[in-house]
Amino acid sequence: MVSSLSDVERVFRAGHGRAVADQRWPASGLPPGSSTDGSVWASPSRAPDPSQREDGIMTDAMRAQTITITGHGGHEIEAYLARLVDAVIGGRGSVVVIHHMPGYDAATKEIVRRFAVEGYLALCPNLYSREAPGAAPDDAAAAVRAAGGVPDERLVGDVAGAVAYLRALDDSNGKAGVIGYCSGGRQAFLAACSLPLQAAVDCYGAFVVNEAPEGLPTPVRPILHLAPSLSCPLLGLFGADDQYPSPEETAKFAAELERLGKPHEFHTYKGAGHAFFAVDRPAYRPEAAVDGWRRILDFFGKHLGS
Amino acid sequence: MCTYLTEKISVAGSGKGGCGWFAGREAIVYVDHPVHAPYTHTINIDVLNPSLGPAARVALELTEETALALAEAIHRVLAAAPAGIASGNQ
Repeated sequence: MVSSLSDVERVFRAGHGRAVADQRWPASGLPPGSSTDGSVWASPSRAPDPSQREDGIMTDAMRAQTITITGHGGHEIEAYLARLVDAVIGGRGSVVVIHHMPGYDAATKEIVRRFAVEGYLALCPNLYSREAPGAAPDDAAAAVRAAGGVPDERLVGDVAGAVAYLRALDDSNGKAGVIGYCSGGRQAFLAACSLPLQAAVDCYGAFVVNEAPEGLPTPVRPILHLAPSLSCPLLGLFGADDQYPSPEETAKFAAELERLGKPHEFHTYKGAGHAFFAVDRPAYRPEAAVDGWRRILDFFGKHLGS
Repeated sequence: MCTYLTEKISVAGSGKGGCGWFAGREAIVYVDHPVHAPYTHTINIDVLNPSLGPAARVALELTEETALALAEAIHRVLAAAPAGIASGNQ
């Protein structure tokens, strides 16, 4: 199944890549079938199978590897890239994955590969590259925490570098989105308010609206005031049992986007708390995660398709 | 949640981590997602020596009950031992 190329370069045989639909955000500012109360469009909208190369042959071979990209301040940082090998007519949309606070770990790399399987050019920058190059993910996370965390400005610069890298690939259709989990959820919104993107997904990011607890050594501040600069539709996926962010906080978030006329869709899952997508943690909630993945792929399909 | 809540103190002593024994220089204590413990949140304690790199780390992920029991045990054994026997000024 897997052909080993090198320590950092592998080819996987994965499921068939799926095309992304070329459906435009309607003039109403809301996706088809959606409403502002958190309900969503009724059915997936993926386009037909992408195996429509000019020569009529399409494989599902995937390449996933560690690369170096240029991040904030011109610094070279590590990143994990996954993409299907075969090109498609019209190119592929790009997805930047922002890892959670525990780091650039195996579970996050699996998410990157999932997006590649679904037909995207997917890239996760290692936000801890500077403090802990080459370190184990958990050691890197501890080192960065001890050093004070990732500044917002640097996060934006690193995501900008990741987007630029993906858009420059021959197989890119020029459209790029961002998704982040946990602390990365807040950072996904931050990136979408700071960079020209086509779609953004916030998975249970806290401290967008509310102040973080007193005495934090990390530079985490509310960023709701950036909402007027939101450059793209935003999908928010949250757990009803989560306190950071709480349903009250995400309701305020949605209300502000509504007031500003910013296209968005928030969904809060009953019976789920924080990190319900994390398959390697007790917080995993299969029903919420499976439905969440469906919504994410539908959302990116609408906005990142060729 | 990612609490971001972190207490950081200087420490004197040594620890044994994945890279073997090293001199610990600082410790951080926080409540957040564990990497390995089968809980959503734990009290996490890292003893580090940043000058030796990220791998110079001893990590603990404990439930709050056991973390408090550990703290109390430390107090008990120090109270029972001769005063100052394990001091940095011994």
